[in-house]
This record gives sequence, C-alpha cells and structure tokens, in this order.
Amino acid sequence: MNKEYLRDEMLRMSGVNPKKCMKCGKCSATCPAYDEMEYHPHQFVSMVEKGDIEPLMKSESLYRCLTCFACVDRCPRGVEPAKLIEAVRLSVIRQQGANRLKADDVPAKLDDDMPQQAIVSAFRKYSK
Amino acid sequence: MQRIGVFVCWCGSNIAGTVDVQAVSEALKNEPGVVYSTNYQYMCSQAGQDMIKNAVKEHNLTGIVVCSCSPRMHEATFRKTAAAAGLNPYMVEIANIREQCSWVHKEMPIGTEKAIILGKAAIAKVNLNTPLIPGESPVTKRALVIGGGIAGIQTALDIADAGFPVDIVEKQPTIGGKMAQLDKTFPTLDCAACILTPKMVDVAQNDKIRIFSYSEVAEVGGFVGNFDVKIKRRARYVKEDVCTGCGACVEKCPMKKVPNEFNLGMDNRTAIYIPFAQAVPKVATIDPNHCNMLKNGKCGLCAKVCAAGAIDYKQQDEIIEEKYGAIVVATGFNPISMDKFDEYAYNQSKDVITSLEFERLTNAAGPTAGKLLRPSDHKHPHTIVFVQCVGSRCAACAEKGKEYCSKICCMYTAKHAMLTRDKYPDTEVYVFYIDVRTPGKNFDEFYRRAVEEYGVHYIKGMVGKVVPEGDKLKVQASDLLDNKQLHIDADLVVLAAAIEPDKSARPLATMLTASMDTNDFFTEAHPKLRPVESPTAGVFLSGTCQGPKDIPETVSQAGAAASKVIGLLAKDKLTGNPCVANSDELMCNGCSSCQRVCPYGAISYIDKEFRMPDRTTKIRRVASVNPAVCQGCGACTVACPSGAMDLKGFANEQIMAEVDAICK
Repeated sequence: MNKEYLRDEMLRMSGVNPKKCMKCGKCSATCPAYDEMEYHPHQFVSMVEKGDIEPLMKSESLYRCLTCFACVDRCPRGVEPAKLIEAVRLSVIRQQGANRLKADDVPAKLDDDMPQQAIVSAFRKYSK
Repeated sequence: MQRIGVFVCWCGSNIAGTVDVQAVSEALKNEPGVVYSTNYQYMCSQAGQDMIKNAVKEHNLTGIVVCSCSPRMHEATFRKTAAAAGLNPYMVEIANIREQCSWVHKEMPIGTEKAIILGKAAIAKVNLNTPLIPGESPVTKRALVIGGGIAGIQTALDIADAGFPVDIVEKQPTIGGKMAQLDKTFPTLDCAACILTPKMVDVAQNDKIRIFSYSEVAEVGGFVGNFDVKIKRRARYVKEDVCTGCGACVEKCPMKKVPNEFNLGMDNRTAIYIPFAQAVPKVATIDPNHCNMLKNGKCGLCAKVCAAGAIDYKQQDEIIEEKYGAIVVATGFNPISMDKFDEYAYNQSKDVITSLEFERLTNAAGPTAGKLLRPSDHKHPHTIVFVQCVGSRCAACAEKGKEYCSKICCMYTAKHAMLTRDKYPDTEVYVFYIDVRTPGKNFDEFYRRAVEEYGVHYIKGMVGKVVPEGDKLKVQASDLLDNKQLHIDADLVVLAAAIEPDKSARPLATMLTASMDTNDFFTEAHPKLRPVESPTAGVFLSGTCQGPKDIPETVSQAGAAASKVIGLLAKDKLTGNPCVANSDELMCNGCSSCQRVCPYGAISYIDKEFRMPDRTTKIRRVASVNPAVCQGCGACTVACPSGAMDLKGFANEQIMAEVDAICK
C-alpha cells in the first residue's frame, strides 16, 4: 500500500500530529508494556511520521498496548501516542471484517483478577 | 493649501518586489495638495534624505508624505530630515507600504492598488496637519531598581558608579536573590557566595545606593524622567538603623520550628531571623505569622536580650513616596511548582528534590553543612538520577509546564553531576536528557568533562516515572539510543524544574504599564536592537524578568540596562511628545468621562471663568490636560460625549479625512 496514503489515514483516524514530537522518549519511559513490545511507543510515533506503517500493522506490538494512556498523560508535547497505536490497530481490524470477540465467549475468559475495563477493551481489540 | 511632496521608497526589493513604485508615485501626483512626487531605491539613505531636503527647497514644500516602511522604523528619521530642511517635523506622514502592504501581499496589482490607497490617506491627513512644538520636562536624577538579586545589584552598582543615586527595593529581608542560594557557579566552579557577597557589601557601603529591603512597590505614577513611586516598607518589628545584627535574639527565640525558606524548607529557622550570615542589610526580621509575642502577646524574649533595644513590636507598615527618573525591573525567577508532576513522586518522597534544593544540600551553609545526605534518612546516596526538562519545553498542558526552554538547567545539572562524582567517587550518577544545550563560552567543554573525565552517565531519554519503594526510588526511564527501557534503583532523584518569572512581576507590569508576554516575561522594546528597554519609556529590564538567563548573561544585561539609565539621567531635560490630548473648553461640559478613562492620570478639572454673550461672566468646570503626563493614547477623545477632546496630530478631522480618502 502507498506509504503516504497509509500515513495520512493514520493521522486522520487518530487526530495525532507526530511532528509535535520532540523525541524525548517519555512515552516509552512510562509504558508498562514496554518489554512486551517489538516496537515501542516512541517508535510508533516516528514510524508513522515516516510512513513505515506496514511493519507496525504486522507486529504483535499492536496487541500489547494496554491503552492505559500513561503515554498520553505524560507526553510533554501533547502527541498522544496511544491514539496512534489505536489507529494502526483499528486499521488492521477493519481489514479483517467483523471477527470481534463475541459476547458468548466472554464468560469462559473471565477470572477474578480481570478488571472490568479489560473486558470492555477486549470487545474493541480482541480479534486477530 | 499645503504644498505636498510624495516620496515612494523601493526598500530595495522589499517594497518594489510586490508594489509597482513607479505607478504609485505617478498615481499620487494628482492628489489634492501634491506638487511633487517621486520614487527612489532607499529613501532612508543619505542620498534619499538629500532628495527630500532638495525637493523641500525647490518646490517650496509645506508637507511631506513618505511611502515606506512602518513609522516605528523610520518616522523619526524622516522627521529629522524635514527639520533639517526647515519644516516642522510634524508635517511628515508615513504611509506604511511595506509591513502593511508589500510584505502581506503576493501579487503586484493588489499590492500596488493598496499602496496607492494608503498613500492617498496619508496625503489627506497631511493636508490637515499643523506644525506642533513638543514641550520639555525635567529629569529626576535618581533611579529605582526593583529586585535585589544579582541583576538588581549589578545595575544599581553601575548606575551609582556613574554618580547617580539609586534605590533598590527588595521584597525579602536581604538582597542577594537566587544567586545567594547557589553553591558553585558554572563553568568556572567558583563559589557563588565568594563572588556575590563582596558585591552585596559594595551595595551596602555605597553612599549613592539605598536599600529598601522587606519592601514592595505599591504604586507607580508619572512618566519617564518623573516617576512618582510609593514604596511599602513592611514592618519587620526591628528598627533597621538600631539593630547590629549580633544574632542574640535569634539564639534566644523559642519558636524554632519555622520552615526556613532560604534552605527551601529543608531545615527550620526561628521566628526572629537573619536569612543567612552574609545578609545585607544584616538586620533581624520577625516573622509575624510565627512570633508568639505578635500572635498572642506572650514571650518578648528577643526584646529582653537585645542590647541595642532594636525590637519594636508596635512597628507598622510604612508607605514612603519617592521621585525617580528611571525604573529598572529586576524581579527575577522561581522554579515552578512540582505539584502537577505526580509521575516523579516529588510530593511522595523527600528524596525527590529540585535542583535548587540540591544546591542547598551541597552548600556548606546549607541544612547538611555541605554533606550530600538524603533528606529522608540522612544517609549518603550512592545512585543519583538527574532528570532534565521537568516542566520545560512542555507544550501539552499550560498548568503543568512551560513551553520554553529554561536555558540554565543543562549547565547546572552538568555541574551537579560533575561535583558529585568529584566529591563522592563511590556514586553512580545518571543524567536523563532530551537534548544537551550548552551554547556559551566554555560550556560544551564543561559538559564533555562531566562525561569524559568524571564518568557521569548521560542517557538520551526521559524518565517516565519514579516510584518510592522501601528506601529506594524505582526509576523507570527510556534509553532511546539503545532502544531500551531502563529500571534504576536510585537513592536520590533530582528534578531540573523549569523556571518562571516571579509572581510579583505581573502586578508590577500593570503598575508600570509595561508589556509582558504570555509567559509573564517582560517584553523588550525590540528583541534585537533594544533588548534592555521596555516599550514603556523610562522602564528598563535586567535579568531573568525578561527571559531565562544564566549569571554571566544576567550581569551583562544588568550593565546594559544601567548604561541606558545613565544615558537618560545624564539629560537635563526630556523632549516630550507633542501629540497629546487637548480639550476645547468651550465645548467641554465638565462630565468627567475623559478623566475616568485616562490611564495615566493626565486629566484634571479646573473651574474657569467664561464671558457669556450677554457680557456677564460664568464659572464653569472644564477638563484640563497635563501635556507632560499625557501619552497620546486617545482614550479620552473616544469617551468625550461632546466632542471637546481631540488629539494633536491625530485629530478626529484628520482621521476622518484618512478614512474618506481610503473609501473614495
């Protein structure tokens, strides 16, 4: 797919302007899922800016992001990396069609430690 | 009827690139009153000015219109040219066809059309111009310096050195400011006290300088050369001229648990206190919020032990009034609050400190007598993490941080890191940075020494969070060059907090009618060419009140501000601006509307005798403008319901003629 088209799509979907990034790395410094990720939050920002989106779309990192928004909260420039990651994730999911988590499958996956928020976000992104 | 000459400037290609200057001078030739019209490459050059002078003689011109850059740039130049040719300088009008025309338009036909319209307006105005003669006002040969930090001290010393008396107003009990709290100074590492305190003593001993410590500016009136200032001297409950600074009262005071602001609350002081050993003036001050005698009338120990009899519990705040010719603002800075930076656990752990607190911790006169000990358990820290840009370069949230670079942090952090490694080789020191900014003489060399000779670990990346756990601080950070997330167990975390202008600056700016930017830094009259002057005449800027600065820069700016003040005070008389308001007494109905809107207090009301048509006389109340105080803002001309107020040089009639010419 065309790099520029993909980049513009990501920016449109996320509303993020990666040019605001001053490359301080506070997003990755604050990320609780850092070690699980192949591409880290700061890399998402710079790769999307360059249009290197296909490797991101293929990466497991998309599903390691907890959407905890710590990076959004702490970014000194207001870049909002989590929204960018979400945009890439959405663009993959949309290509797959409607294979989302079904309500009937939920009870089997529940355990006592699972926060309610995780179930809500599972509906949004549990589909690979 | 005027005989007007029109001079269209090309400004090289600045104007001529977008405006057909030939067409403009041709089009303006036939305007009413115009007898001569020409264009030239650089009207402000000697040749251009000669062209104007010759045309005045040759064509008997009575008025001049120059179509050129903004009047802020060259109005004064062309007025001088007119005066040299024997014309009244106020018969010159500038049509701004650069900033308001060629620079904002891209296409020549549009630019040319607008230039012609602006030229026509200026011509319409000159047709109604009358010669104006400026008044003169005397200069009070005394300067006021607001703020007694290194900026204020240096400015005061330099002004006094030229022979003019100076008063310093300082809100703390002592002068010295932030520099007095510092340990060593970069890049030469001389101790701050060793180079500052001799200057403080110079100030105290200089018979041209008076220090009003523990005082604030309460009110400012008047204008350049003639400011009337009210200074509030807060009651310190100690007679300043009697106290010898022996310190007996401080020893005996039973209230020993007052947080010591000089050490940023890291130790305690007494209710009666002298901020530090080298304080100037070395006089005790009673803190009324903590003194038992002032709060409950019980104690009075300090008065008993004071051999000089300096204690006065009945002392009241006092307002003194002084006249000044010039005012220098040197109100300085403060580190921003760390309250909004929860991720760094500043409020959760005593061992997360700001860099200014670190200065006090390493200062021999500080709470630990110069030994680097953790505030929580007084143990020697082995792993120290410095975090740069805490609140600086932060565009995300205005309540949290500042968008600008605080400029001084890179260097002082390099200094802290280097000195720590030098004194305590058993420590591991990490500095997390976004960029290391070290422009300045011997600055980058200094930073490289910290890395290469002292083994400080500089890591490109920010700290994401600090979590206190046991007696450790768990630091989670980015190492961007290695693409790793680091986890460090630190003993001490030092935050390089952004700096912001002192909170007193904003109300002071209002009093001075001096302008500020959105960050509350004072604005300079021109960012490059008039960096130490405020746009308000007679108000000058020194130090960090104008923008973040280190000590060398502050001292040079302080000297520059002093030289501007000396230049002003050396004059015996100042020429005023003749474009001031003027009231037509016959039309004035005495309603006071103008007096209420005047921001400068230039309008008063007088009772004046008028002869009536029936040969009787009648006393009426009418407005009277003090031309020396009026700044020509025109607010009164708008407020006046009867049309009696008018502004010389900008009369209603002239403005309407301009509008008519534009709309024709």
